[in-house]
Amino acid sequence: MAHELENEDPIKLAEFQAKIDAEIKIEPKDWMPEAYRQNLIRQISQHAHSEVIGMQPEGNWVSRAPSLRSKKILMAKIQDEAGHGLYLYCAAETLGVSRDQYIQWLHEGKAKYASVFNYPSPTWADMGAIGWLVDGAAIVNQVSLQRTSYGPYARAMVRICMEESFHQRQGYEIMARLMEGSEAQRKMAQDALDRWWWPSLMMFGPHDSDSAHSSQSMKWKIKRESNDDLRQQFIDKTIPQAELIGLKVPDENAKWNAETNHYETSDIDWDEFWNVIKGNGPCNRHRLAHHIKAHKDGEWVRAAAQAFAMKQNNKLKIA
Amino acid sequence: MEDNQGTLWEVFIQPKAGRPYKHAGSLHAYDKSMAMEAARDLYTRRGEGSALWLVKAEDIVASQPEDMEAFFDPANDKAYRHPTFYTMPEGSKHI
Repeated sequence: MAHELENEDPIKLAEFQAKIDAEIKIEPKDWMPEAYRQNLIRQISQHAHSEVIGMQPEGNWVSRAPSLRSKKILMAKIQDEAGHGLYLYCAAETLGVSRDQYIQWLHEGKAKYASVFNYPSPTWADMGAIGWLVDGAAIVNQVSLQRTSYGPYARAMVRICMEESFHQRQGYEIMARLMEGSEAQRKMAQDALDRWWWPSLMMFGPHDSDSAHSSQSMKWKIKRESNDDLRQQFIDKTIPQAELIGLKVPDENAKWNAETNHYETSDIDWDEFWNVIKGNGPCNRHRLAHHIKAHKDGEWVRAAAQAFAMKQNNKLKIA
Repeated sequence: MEDNQGTLWEVFIQPKAGRPYKHAGSLHAYDKSMAMEAARDLYTRRGEGSALWLVKAEDIVASQPEDMEAFFDPANDKAYRHPTFYTMPEGSKHI
C-alpha cells in the first residue's frame, strides 16, 4: 500500500481507531489516516462509476421495451441509477478529490466500476435478470454499507437503499411474468438467469482470503461484512425466489444444507472474474468508449451553462 | 476552457409543512434555477419534500472539528440549564 500506517502519528491513529470502535462516524473535516482516505476514494468512486455505467445495459432497452408501462418503469429506474451515481460522487468529493478528477480516472482506466456491467443485455429478459439479480446483489451489499464508518458514504447508502428495492421487485416481476408466458418466453427467462447468475455472485468480489483491501477495510468499518458472508446472504435469498417461479440456477451443485441453514454452491470461475476485471469482458471497451463519448458530447452544454451563469452574474454587478 | 461541472450546492428538504429543513445531500449546478431543478430531480423523486432550500457550499460557515471541545466547552459546566437540575417539593405534580 502506498500510504503506510507507520508514517501516521500513533496517538492520532489510536484515537481514530477508538472512534471507529465506538461507532462514531468519521466526517469530512475530521482527521483520518491517509490510507483510510485513499481506501474510501477508491471504493466510493468505484461505486459511483458503477451506478453510472450500469445505466448502459438498461438504456439499451428503452426504445424496445414491450409496453408503455415497462418503458416508463425502465426510464424511472435508469434515472434512479443516475441519481445514485450523483449522491456517491458528492460523497466521494468530500474526500478532497474533484468530480472532474474522478471522471478522468475512470476514462484513463485508473478507476474501476462493477465488472458485471461488462456483460451484454441481448434480450428483454435481461432487464428482468439485471433488476432481480444485479440490483439484488447490490442491495445486499448496500444494506450492509449503511453502517459504514464514513458519514457521507453511510448517508448516501441510506438514501440509495430506500430507492433500490423497487428495482429488484420490478426485475423479479419481469421474470415471473415471462415464466407465466409461452415456452419461448420461459426459455428466454432461464437463459437470462443462466448468463447473469455467476456474474452476480462475482459482484461480491474475491474470497475473503484473496481480497486485497478486505481486512483493513473491516478494521476501519468501511466494510461491515465480508465478501463471502454477503455473497452467501444473496444466494440464500435468491435460490428460493428462482424456484418459486420455476427457474433453476445454473449450478448442478446448488443444494440446501439443513445443518448450516445455507445453500451450498460450486466455486466461482475466478479466471473469468479476473479476466473481466483486467478489461477483457464482452463489453469493457464499449462501455468506457460510450461514457467518454457522452461526456465529450456534453461539453458544450456545460460550457454554455457556465457562460450563461457568468453573464447573469455580470448583469447583477452592473445593476 | 475549464470543464468544472459547476458550483457545489447543499440541498435541504422540508419533509412537510411545519417540519424543520434537513440536509439531504449536494449537487453541482451553474446557477440558482438549474440548481433548483436538479435538486427536485435528484432529491424529491418520491414525494420526499414539500419545500427545498439550496445553499452554495462555499457560503456555509462550519465549526472546525479540531476546536470542537474548547468551542463547545462553555455549555459543559452549566447544569442549571437543564430541568433535572432542580429539586421539586415532594408531592408536586404537573411540573
